[in-house]
Amino acid sequence: MIAETGHYALILALAVAIVQTVLPLWGTRTRDPQLTAIAVPAAQVQFLLIAVSFAALMTAYVTSDFSLENVWANSHSAKPLIYKIAGVWGNHEGSMVLWVLILALFGAAVATFGSNLPDELQANVLAVQGSIAAAFLLFIVTTSNPFIRLDPAPLDGQGLNPVLQDPALAFHPPFLYTGYVGFSMAFSFAVAALIDGRIDAAWARWVRPWTLAAWMCLTLGIAMGSWWAYYELGWGGFWFWDPVENASFMPWLAGTALLHSALVMEKRDALKVWTILLAIITFSLSLMGTFLVRSGVLTSVHAFAVDPARGIFILAIMGTFIGGALTLFAIRAPLLAQGGLFAPISREGSLVVNNLLLTTACAAVFVGTLYPLALESLTGEKISVGPPFFNFTFVPLIVPLLVAVPFGPMLAWKRGDLVAAWQRLTAAAALSLLAMVLVLGFQQRGPWLAPFGIGLGIWLIFGALSEIAFRVKLLDGSLGEAWRRLGKLPRSAYGTALAHAGLGIVMIGIVATTAWRSESILALKPKGTTEIAGYQVTFEGVTPREGPNYRERVGVFQVMRGGEEVTTLEPSKREYTVERSSTTEAGIHASWRGDLYAVLGDQLKDGAYSVRLYFNPLVRFIWLGAVVMFIGGALSLSDRRLRIGAPKRAKALGQNLAAAK
Amino acid sequence: MSVNRHKSHFGYMLLGALLMLMLVTNLAKAVEPDEILQDKALEARARHISEGLRCLVCQNQSIDDSAAPLAKDLRVLVRERLKAGDTDQQIEDFVVARYGEFVLLKPRFEPHTFLLWFATPVVFIIALLIVAFAYRRRSAVPTTAALSDAEELRLRHLLEDR
Repeated sequence: MIAETGHYALILALAVAIVQTVLPLWGTRTRDPQLTAIAVPAAQVQFLLIAVSFAALMTAYVTSDFSLENVWANSHSAKPLIYKIAGVWGNHEGSMVLWVLILALFGAAVATFGSNLPDELQANVLAVQGSIAAAFLLFIVTTSNPFIRLDPAPLDGQGLNPVLQDPALAFHPPFLYTGYVGFSMAFSFAVAALIDGRIDAAWARWVRPWTLAAWMCLTLGIAMGSWWAYYELGWGGFWFWDPVENASFMPWLAGTALLHSALVMEKRDALKVWTILLAIITFSLSLMGTFLVRSGVLTSVHAFAVDPARGIFILAIMGTFIGGALTLFAIRAPLLAQGGLFAPISREGSLVVNNLLLTTACAAVFVGTLYPLALESLTGEKISVGPPFFNFTFVPLIVPLLVAVPFGPMLAWKRGDLVAAWQRLTAAAALSLLAMVLVLGFQQRGPWLAPFGIGLGIWLIFGALSEIAFRVKLLDGSLGEAWRRLGKLPRSAYGTALAHAGLGIVMIGIVATTAWRSESILALKPKGTTEIAGYQVTFEGVTPREGPNYRERVGVFQVMRGGEEVTTLEPSKREYTVERSSTTEAGIHASWRGDLYAVLGDQLKDGAYSVRLYFNPLVRFIWLGAVVMFIGGALSLSDRRLRIGAPKRAKALGQNLAAAK
Repeated sequence: MSVNRHKSHFGYMLLGALLMLMLVTNLAKAVEPDEILQDKALEARARHISEGLRCLVCQNQSIDDSAAPLAKDLRVLVRERLKAGDTDQQIEDFVVARYGEFVLLKPRFEPHTFLLWFATPVVFIIALLIVAFAYRRRSAVPTTAALSDAEELRLRHLLEDR
């Protein structure tokens, strides 16, 4: 009964989404306020219905209702509760329901908190949002229905892919999806503006918080995915340039560009056409990511099942929305007036450079990800595009961008002074140079580019701090005065500085762990000792252990450093009984210096075990940096000027202007 | 319900195949102790070559990172060829002749990949041209002078006072 309620709610949500699309659009065309007004309650009801549906599915998972095919195929009664809950989106059907749930949540948020938006804009935005929801709800109901019953109901389920049975499953997909789907807001706003044929600086002010929220979640989602791969895949890699990773990285790159161009639009009324196009591109890339991952074009841990009908359906959705939006753009964009002139050396100019490099870098990832697919479908030739390609094309674009980052906030709007900006950054440059020299001096091995990379990280961090120092006039007046100004600085200034510094932290982590990681692959007998990166590691032997739904053999490793006991590492090999499949769990000792990472291999003929030990210096900085970027975004989002109520004044101003004309 | 049952049977098979795949790809990882060559220089070359070769049965993993039996075979093969005195290029050619270009993580620079390799620089140059063109065009168009900051502030005060 609960499942049927969920099923019914899902179909009802589809109907509501269609209403939400058609009537408000009709209303804004015919200037019928009653039809226009339907958008708001429709978006709220649609969210409630999908929430009911999602709750019904979760109930089925938690209560292990194996009469549902979806639950039977992806769950098991012995599975720990957290994986019963998170397992809802650990499969294709459930993850699509989560997708539309988040989509509807954003729509409902605009409906509920967007009362300060002009009514027509709000109605158009919700109509576009409703059309996306309708397409995906139709997709779920027709090809990916999680509420199909089995009769008779099996006694127990098939279990969940053990690789997915990890606490990260509870967080990685929701954050990633919030990021992906959140960009739909920017898309809907862009299309709504194109339908209206007009756009102003206030538009950017409404779009920016949504884009920022989506960007934050995507940043964290990608970082969590990388961390998950790092400890789960068993050899300490954190980024693979895998098509599935690229699928999430492309919207991130485009979304980052969008955040910056929307800033120019809000403050200076420039780059309007480009910002609109970028909003469309960003969400198109999110849709493409969904297509790549969900269609089965790529087989990976993420492609839960392969069904060509689904692929074609998502392809059709993608084609309709991207094609439609771009056509609308081609027709309407010439109508949008340009404003705000600026000199090449200016804050705007620096943000243009940011957009130029980010979008080209995104294009590099795009080509590298899709070229093998295109080549194979056209000529049948199979090639692989792996990390070397991306190092060759992506990195040369990103490095100059990172060098330029600290300059941007130091330049004034309209016309900046590069020499003055450079003078304000002297301290950061000196520190960065010092770091380079020090690293070069101490570096015993590793590529000659590594010191440069560390220097770049330091440059980013201290460049960001320099901006704060400059804004509080740290060097011009008394310290007390500077301290007082520090409190008065808008939060968005701290947000920018933190996000840029976070980038530097990520940079240092990537460079250090790539350049100076040590590894030791050896056969160890019990009580055997080895040494890596200053740690003495003693292999105590292997003991069996029982988990809730697995058995594991645990290798016990005593770790000493300078004669003192540090920790005991327990890497293991798990045997999941229900799924009849196994995973390797790494044993990791984390510290500021880096991670000691141990993997237990197979038993060899003479009683020894194959053991893999790695030391990954500063690897935590990668994820720490991402968290700092997230916090930066959150601070910026909490800024009074971006807060939901704030645009009210802008609207009032606009109305006053209109009245004054 | 017969249709459903048929579908679920198919799903079961798919799931089984998927789990088999997971089994293959998630066992112990990468280079085994017994594969490592005594000669450190040769071993370093072997690792370098292995990092550029794709494990054919895995997802985007190099044979250096993969634990699949096929990856192990390839690693051993690379080391055998090294011991026989082949150059890196000879080994690459040998592996490509056997498994096709799919095995290379870095695609070769040949007519069918020109588009791949040139795409990024071409996009960059086009983007640069667009920026330059847009800037020149906009500078040429006379627009009404924007309000100065002081004027804008005054306007805001005036409007807010109303």
